[in-house]
Amino acid sequence: MQPFEYRTPKSLKEVQQDLKQFGSDGKLIAGGTALIIMMKQRLVRPACLISLRSVRALSGITEKNGALSIGGATTHRAVEDSPLVKRRLPILGETYHHVATVRVRNMATVGGGLAHADPNQDPPPTLIALGASVKASSTDGSRMIPLEEFFTDYYETVLKPEEVITELSVPRLAPNSGAAFLKFLPRTADDYATVSAAVVVTLDRTKKIFSDVRIALGSVGTTAIRARDAEAVLRGQPVKSEALREAAEKAKQAVDPISDFRGSAAYKKEMAGVFVRRALEKALGGLVRLPKATPAAPAKKGGRK
Amino acid sequence: MNKKIRLRVNGKKVEHEVPTNRLMIDFLRYDLGLTGTKEGCSVGVCGACTVLMDGEMVSSCLAPAVFADGHDITTVEGLAKNGELHPVQKSFIKYGGFQCGICTPGQVVAAKALLDKIPKPNEEQIKDWMMGNLCRCTGYYKIIESIQKAHQFAR
Repeated sequence: MQPFEYRTPKSLKEVQQDLKQFGSDGKLIAGGTALIIMMKQRLVRPACLISLRSVRALSGITEKNGALSIGGATTHRAVEDSPLVKRRLPILGETYHHVATVRVRNMATVGGGLAHADPNQDPPPTLIALGASVKASSTDGSRMIPLEEFFTDYYETVLKPEEVITELSVPRLAPNSGAAFLKFLPRTADDYATVSAAVVVTLDRTKKIFSDVRIALGSVGTTAIRARDAEAVLRGQPVKSEALREAAEKAKQAVDPISDFRGSAAYKKEMAGVFVRRALEKALGGLVRLPKATPAAPAKKGGRK
Repeated sequence: MNKKIRLRVNGKKVEHEVPTNRLMIDFLRYDLGLTGTKEGCSVGVCGACTVLMDGEMVSSCLAPAVFADGHDITTVEGLAKNGELHPVQKSFIKYGGFQCGICTPGQVVAAKALLDKIPKPNEEQIKDWMMGNLCRCTGYYKIIESIQKAHQFAR
């Protein structure tokens, strides 16, 4: 690693001033689990690291206007272990539990992970499905950014160099809702997903009709992807297994994976459909008893199980 | 660029001036001579460099030494008390929780952190916790057994 200046601001105001001073020559560091690797590889060479580790006001989990408010420098582990998260939105804790290992989760922060914007991460699909937003702030003021509009490309976001993520805001589930996050891990448990799928389903009062559905996928594009066409298949429709399969087919069309050592592009596309269907089934599991599906028509030739 | 850091390492007060780009593992090994902590993958995956910061596991290969300023670091050298091995160390010896040994300091430190939280973990809890500590001799059964039986050696 190249030498750098190391600043330890104590307040958000000092962080904002340091960011303003250094502009794109400065980098925020919180847990460092991603940034230090990139610095070792000389992919980034900041002149100054501005540490968020001494800014107390940036960590913690509270409830604000019915939403969970998570400080930008809160660790993954703190989210996973939070009794408040377990009580109010268990899917969020489960998702953060999937990230890497305890050792990484002890250090990696919620804001840092999102700013890193690796499309293989676990939290973005769940956060997009839940309709979460981040608050970004600078000396010019602050703004809320829906996570869905946050990621622009591989490792790129709409954040400006002088902005810091101060908060992640995650709304509570609507009544009659279920949520699920599934991570397909054919290699090792601490790996990035081959495909991940997060869904939130909301049923009407009769619990027979989908009133809302949100589906997001990870590891199958340059950012986490929301599968809007797949959602549209279900919205307003009766809860039926056939409909889930149809939505899963649509989800396959939303993804654009690359071939790598976690699977070929074609395989990941296929698995995107499978995992969207399973996630829908899991999310519905706590709400209704799914009618048994009529088996899919067997493939004409070379059919796989 | 240098920065003075003040911390505790294995219970002892340490004051040291370090370059800001000094990694915690290099600070421990080369500046303090604590070579028990090993470097394996250098990207936070293998767990050989596991140390505890305020009782929580961190990868010392992924943290600059300046992160430790004001904190309490425990390395494998800090587990034995008054010349007596920590229960988990005794258990690793008794139940053969190592083969070549390179991953062992990390395994032992990670296991200590687990046992501090859950004194008698079950197999699932051990696997979930120890997932980030790789043993390329693949001696996992013995490692799990050593951790499960460590309570027998409680001080």
